[in-house]
Amino acid sequence: MLERLTKLLQGIGNRTIERMWRLGAAARFSFYTLVYSGESLRRPWLIVREVYFTGVMSLIIILVSAFFVGMVLALQGYNTLQKYGSSDAIGVLVALSLVRELGPVVTALLFAGRAGTAITAEIGLMKATEQLSAMEMMAVSPIARVVAPRFWAGVISMPILASLFSMTGVLGGYLVAVPLIGVDDGAFWSQMQASVDFREDIVNGFIKSCVFGVACTFIALFEGYDAPPTAEGVSRATTRTVVISSLAVLGLDFVLTSFMLSP
Amino acid sequence: MERTTIDLWVGIFVAAGVAALMGLAMKVGNLTTSGIGDTYTVTAAFENIGGLKARAPVKSAGVVVGRVDGIQFDDKTYEAIVTLKVDKRYEFPKDTFASIYTSGLLGEQYVGLDAGGDSVALKNNDKIAHTQDAVVLEKMISQFLYNKASETGDAKSGDKKQAEEK
Amino acid sequence: MTDNIVEIDNLSFGFKGRLLHKGINMSFPRGKVIAIMGGSGSGKTTLLRLIGGQLQPNHGQVRVDDEVVHKLDRSGIYHMRRKMGMLFQFGALFTDLSVFDNVAFPMREHTDLPETMIRDLVMMKLNAVGLRGAHSLMSTELSGGMSRRVALARAVALDPALIMYDEPFAGLDPISMGVIVNLIRRLNDALGATSIVVTHDVHETFLFVDYVYFISEGVVVAEGTPKQLSKSDMPFVHQFVHGEADGPVPFHYPAPDYRRDMLRGHDA
Repeated sequence: MLERLTKLLQGIGNRTIERMWRLGAAARFSFYTLVYSGESLRRPWLIVREVYFTGVMSLIIILVSAFFVGMVLALQGYNTLQKYGSSDAIGVLVALSLVRELGPVVTALLFAGRAGTAITAEIGLMKATEQLSAMEMMAVSPIARVVAPRFWAGVISMPILASLFSMTGVLGGYLVAVPLIGVDDGAFWSQMQASVDFREDIVNGFIKSCVFGVACTFIALFEGYDAPPTAEGVSRATTRTVVISSLAVLGLDFVLTSFMLSP
Repeated sequence: MERTTIDLWVGIFVAAGVAALMGLAMKVGNLTTSGIGDTYTVTAAFENIGGLKARAPVKSAGVVVGRVDGIQFDDKTYEAIVTLKVDKRYEFPKDTFASIYTSGLLGEQYVGLDAGGDSVALKNNDKIAHTQDAVVLEKMISQFLYNKASETGDAKSGDKKQAEEK
Repeated sequence: MTDNIVEIDNLSFGFKGRLLHKGINMSFPRGKVIAIMGGSGSGKTTLLRLIGGQLQPNHGQVRVDDEVVHKLDRSGIYHMRRKMGMLFQFGALFTDLSVFDNVAFPMREHTDLPETMIRDLVMMKLNAVGLRGAHSLMSTELSGGMSRRVALARAVALDPALIMYDEPFAGLDPISMGVIVNLIRRLNDALGATSIVVTHDVHETFLFVDYVYFISEGVVVAEGTPKQLSKSDMPFVHQFVHGEADGPVPFHYPAPDYRRDMLRGHDA
């Protein structure tokens, strides 16, 4: 009995140490990514190319999801608001929900699922097929050439995607609320404009999406770089990317929201 | 993919993102309305400001003419000193009334300016003399109940008097 | 400038408590093609990484051009690696680049040559390996042998003094194998370079290399010219060269007594 208990504690201890070790490796990796970014900034073409693959390729899923989210918000919001005779406030509901929370968070989750896994798989496979080693042997730092451009591309793409998400969601909500349900056009926009503050809501939402961009991209890059160079290792790494990114986004959302809402 | 096609798409992407952000700022948020321009400052003292907050609108005849800049407590007169920033384009006479209204039934509170008839206008750093406090819900309810009670009391004593007279 | 471009002195290397190399001594003279042979997992590829500075030895030294590799700083290693070219197992071409861009990669990274000159150089290198016509293909569209040849062109793009080959014949058909053998020898002699070939293909290798090192159990068990080794009667060398199933490298993985294992529980 005592033996089993000690084994359990040993297991937990080992795993904790393993996680601490990984955390340290991740911190060092992020440091190197930032330090070697200079080279990728001198070659903007690398970053532009990665923005295409992470940002532009994610446009379809982001825009379509945003449209549906906005429409559902309008429907659900109207359902509840009209019980209190406040159906005019539907514009406010849709806009605030999207700009403050759903825009940054849902975009980050979709980004982690689509672009994050692509990055992890790509880097993991490059490691497994020794392409990163080959680069090293040619005296080219793989972190500068492969990792850093993808990092900056993700950081640039995320806020753009989140803004597009919010805007498209508002349009989707508008299309349901005004032509479909019959809420007054003027009331929809004017109430919204009166209640959504640029500095408090839109800028905060933008800051959130930047933070999420850094977190998701970085997690995807590290998981790919650290993956064991086997097929199983890479597939496991892509799963970890999605799981850890999602948890990180939701956790950071809580932290940022509590900072932003308390006066 | 060709170099130039990627460049084109990325350019469109970034431009769309910036446009979305601008769109959000203009159409969804209140960026256009909050940029008022040159303003002059006046103060007003209230006994109770209710739920008035900084950056609340200052309206006259329903039109936004300024913003609440800051709210401070004067511990000599035990009043709230509200600093208002009014658009320079609009002048108000010295005997303007400043009241705290609520937009809608449970909406946010704002400062309403009712112009008086004085020929001299308010200047920068002037003080608005006539103010009306915010309506506090609890006081309103207790007043309502008190009125109701005195009404039925009057009715009862009225009935009694009538009965006595008969 | 010594005669040997690479010298390995009493090298020990290992991790996770297990020593892979236990005191290796090798020297690689300039201008020669030298093979390192041994069983799978004997640490041959790791030796190449130690020479290239990707790994640090636990004891001993690796010297390239008289400089101790693991004592070099970042720019030192950078300059050292510019003198080397490496052909990885299965090619390791960059999958997002075309054949042309793959070979041009080292030139674009390390030189300031204009694009016109780079184009000429790339075409020359591709011509040397016989793939000039394939320059616009994507690296994913190539067969195994072709991608190996492109990787070879990339390895010699900057005319290195030391070329390292990690299992260059793995998984190739006889024709492609012959092509690669031909190329390794010709490029080495044309560039005046030194080539180190890690392999376990005895028959092919003995045809064109100048010297061979045999590694087993973390030490050099035999060395010599192909002629000397094919006549050697050292047990390990004999088993390796003639492909014998059993010998110093045992056939059976360590296991308990056969009879006892089979009769377990059914004692007569």
